[in-house]
Amino acid sequence: MKKIILALSSVAVIASMQSCKMKSAESAVQGDAASKVYVAPGKYDEFYNFVSGGFSGQVTVYGLPSGRLLKVIPVFSLFPENGYGFNEETKPMLNTSNGAVPWDDQHHLMLSQTNGEQDGRWIFANANNTPRVARIDLTTFKTMEILQLPNSAGNHSSPFLTENTEYVVAGTRFSVPLGEEDVPISSFKQNFRSTASFISVDKTTGHMSIAFQIMLPGMNLDLSRAGKGASHGWFFFSCYNTEQAYTLLEVNASQKDKDFIVAVNWKKAEEYAKAGKGRKVAAEYAHNVYDEDKQTATSTMEKEVLVLDPKDCPDMVYMIPCPKSPHGCDVSPTGEYIVGSGKLAALIPVFSFAKITKAIADKQFEGDFYGIPVIKYEAALHGEVKKPGLGPLHTEFDDHGNAYTSMFLSSEVVKWRLSDLQVVDRVPTYYSVGHLMVPGGDTKKPWGKYLVAYDKITKDRYLPTGPELCQSAQLYDISGDKMQLILDFPTIGEPHYAQACPASLIKDKQVKFFDINKNHHQFVAMGEKKTNVVRTGNRVDVWMTAIRSHLTPDNIEGVYVGDEVYFHVTNLEQDWDIPHGFAIKNNPGAELLIMPGETVTLKYVPTHPGIYPFYCTDFCSALHQEMSGYLRVSPKGSNVPIKFGTGVVADTTAKK
Amino acid sequence: MKKLTLPGKISIAVVILCLSTLWFLPMWQIDLRAPQYPGGLSMKIWINDVKGDVDIINGLNHYIGMKTIHKKDFPEFIFLPTTMMIFMGLGLIVLLLNRKLYYYIWTGLFAFIGFFSFYDFYKWEYNYGHNLDPSAPIKIPDMSYTPPLFGYKKMLNFEALSQPDISGWFYISAGVIMVGISIYEYRKSHAK
Repeated sequence: MKKIILALSSVAVIASMQSCKMKSAESAVQGDAASKVYVAPGKYDEFYNFVSGGFSGQVTVYGLPSGRLLKVIPVFSLFPENGYGFNEETKPMLNTSNGAVPWDDQHHLMLSQTNGEQDGRWIFANANNTPRVARIDLTTFKTMEILQLPNSAGNHSSPFLTENTEYVVAGTRFSVPLGEEDVPISSFKQNFRSTASFISVDKTTGHMSIAFQIMLPGMNLDLSRAGKGASHGWFFFSCYNTEQAYTLLEVNASQKDKDFIVAVNWKKAEEYAKAGKGRKVAAEYAHNVYDEDKQTATSTMEKEVLVLDPKDCPDMVYMIPCPKSPHGCDVSPTGEYIVGSGKLAALIPVFSFAKITKAIADKQFEGDFYGIPVIKYEAALHGEVKKPGLGPLHTEFDDHGNAYTSMFLSSEVVKWRLSDLQVVDRVPTYYSVGHLMVPGGDTKKPWGKYLVAYDKITKDRYLPTGPELCQSAQLYDISGDKMQLILDFPTIGEPHYAQACPASLIKDKQVKFFDINKNHHQFVAMGEKKTNVVRTGNRVDVWMTAIRSHLTPDNIEGVYVGDEVYFHVTNLEQDWDIPHGFAIKNNPGAELLIMPGETVTLKYVPTHPGIYPFYCTDFCSALHQEMSGYLRVSPKGSNVPIKFGTGVVADTTAKK
Repeated sequence: MKKLTLPGKISIAVVILCLSTLWFLPMWQIDLRAPQYPGGLSMKIWINDVKGDVDIINGLNHYIGMKTIHKKDFPEFIFLPTTMMIFMGLGLIVLLLNRKLYYYIWTGLFAFIGFFSFYDFYKWEYNYGHNLDPSAPIKIPDMSYTPPLFGYKKMLNFEALSQPDISGWFYISAGVIMVGISIYEYRKSHAK
C-alpha cells in the first residue's frame, strides 16, 4: 500500500510540475519592434506593398512597415463599393469568351521593370480560374486592361515579367486539350498539353497581346521567373506532375523522384515566331481595354493565336531535373543562380546559368521528355542547400548575397548564403507561410530591409471571428544578421505573392483628379447647362452633373416602368479628393463613385411606378445630405412628358 | 528749372524696370488654409488676371453666398495695366525733359495711383465679403467675410493671409526708390 501511495504521489508531483509544456508562439517578438513599425499619424510609409487578394479576386495595397491597408483595387471581381463591373464603363472589363465572369482567384503580381529594376509604371496580376492577365496603372491605381488566355486552364504560373517588361509570361497549371476538343479524360497523355503564353507589352501604352504560345507536354507548370542580367533572354518554369496523372494527383503526381525546371530560350522563340515556325490556331479570347480618353472600356474578341511546338523549334526548350514536385523557381539578382524549390524535397537545389549553358553546348543530356532534351542534373547544378527545413516553396533575395526561402511544412523562413549555400538563420512564421517577399527581392535591385511572409493559416493569432478567419502577413526586419519579427497584419482574401516598391517610385506620379477638359466620354455633360434628358424609344439618357452640393437635374419626370434609364453622371469638381457618389432606390445593381472630372454611367430599369429618390453616397461637403433628387416613374403607357431641372419650384401646390 | 542728378536719371530706368515685372510675375497673393485643405489654397493676383486656386475657392464660396471671382468682372485688369503703361511712359518723358519738378510730380502721381489702387482693392474686398446671397445655405448673423487687406485673419474654418507677391515687392521698391530719390534731389538742390 505504501508503495502504491508513493508511486501515486510521485505521479502527482510530476503532473503538477508541468515542466514539459510545449513552447508557445507568444515569445516571438522581442526588443524594439513597436518603434520599427510605428508610422506616426500624418507620416507616410516607406514602401507600397501590393498584395494579391487570392479568392477575393482583387489586389490590395498596404503601407510598409505599418501594415496599414491603403486601398483595394478591383481587378477580377465585381466591386459594388465603387461600381466596378456594375457601371456601363467597366462592365466590358470582366467580359470573357464565356460572357461576363464576376469573380476570380488572384495569386501573383509583378511590378513592371526596366533593366531588371522596378520602374513603377504598372503592376500585372493573374486570374487563376478563368485564365486572364490584368494590367493596373500605378498613376490611377485602376485596372486598365484584362487579356484572356486561350489554350490555358489554371493560369497559376502567371504573370512573370522579362527584365524590360518585353513579355508577361503565363503558364498553365492544368493541362487541357487545345481548343474545345471533346476527348476522354483518360487520354491525358495523347491529348492534354500545357502552354506557356508570351504576352508582349507595348513600351508606351502597356497594351498587351499574345505574341506566341509555346506548347509543352501535358504536365503542371508552376511558379516561374525570367532570367535577368547574365540569363536575360531565358525563362525558367518549375513543373510537377510529369507523371501525367489526371486523378488523385496527391498520390499519383508525387511518384517521381524528380520533376523539371523548364528552361525556355525566349529570344530564340521570338526568332522562330518571326521566321514563321509557328502555326496559327483558331481561338476565342477576350481582350478588354479601358480607354482613359473616353473613360470607357471595350471588349474585343480575338480569333487566333500563334503556337510554337518545340518539335519544330530546336534549341528552344530544355528540361533540368529538379527534386520532388518543384513549386518555386527563383532567379538571383545577378541572374546566375536559379533556385528550385521541391515542395516535398529535403534540400534546395541551386542551378548555375553558366553551367546550364555549358551543359547545352557540351550536349550533357540524360535523355528527353517528349523530345525535349533533359540536361543532366549534376551538369546544371551549382550546389544544394542541405537540410533547409521542410516544404521549401519560394525564394527571394536581398542585396547582400542572401536568399530567403519559405518553408510551408516547418512554417519558417530560412536565410541562406548564395555563395556557400549555408543556412545562416531561421525564424518561425504564424502559420504555414506560402509566399514571401523582399521589396524588389525578385529584381536586380532588392531593398534588403524588410521581408514579409504571407501565411495560409492564422488560428490563434487574432481575436477569433467565427469559423472563417482572416489570413495574414508577417513583417520581419532583415537589416541585421538575425531576422526579427516586428509585425503581424491581417489581409483581405488569401494573400499569395506580393510586390513592394519604395513609395518614392510612384507617390509623386499620382493623379489627383481628371482634367475635365480632357474628358471625352460619349455622355459627358460639360457643365450644368449641358445637362439633358433624352428619350429614344424605351431608352432614356440622363446627362447629369454633380458638384457640391447638388445634382443637375435633380427632378426628373416622364420615365415609365420598363424604360432603360442611363444616368451619365459627370463630376464637375476639379479638386483633390472630392468624389461624388450616385445611388437610386431599389436599383438591383451597385452605386457609382465618380472621381472629379470623370463621367460614369448607371443603368436602371424601374419595375414599379412611384417616386424614386437618388442621392450622393460619398460624403462630399457640409451639405452632402442635401445632395439628392427625385425620379418619377409612371406606369407604362401613361402620358407624362419628359421634364427635368434643378432649383425649379412649381407655382402650384399639391397637384396630382 | 533744376536738372536731375545722375542717380535721379538712373532711378527712372530702375523704376520702369521694377514696374515692368508686373507683367511677368504676380503682384499680390492671398493664401487660405482650412483643415480640409492641408496644402492650403492660394489666389494670385496679377496686374491683368487672377490665377491660382480660384476655381476651388469659387466652388467653396457658394456655401456662404459669396460671389464667384471671374477675370471678366474686373475692369481693373484693363485700367491698371493701361495706367501703369502710361505711368512708365511718363517716366521716359521726365527723363527726356530732365527737370526735378517733373520727377516730384511723377512721384506724387505714383503715390496717388498706389493709394487709389489699395482703396479700390479694399472696396472690392469689402463688397466681396459683405454682398452675400440672402439664400445662401450657411448664414451666420453679423458675419462678414472681408479678406484681410494686408496680413492675417481667421474666418470660420479658414485662415487667410494677404501679402504682396514678387512683382508687388518690386512695385513697393519702385515707390521707395522714387520717394528716396525725390528727397535726395530736393536736398541736393537746397544744400547749395
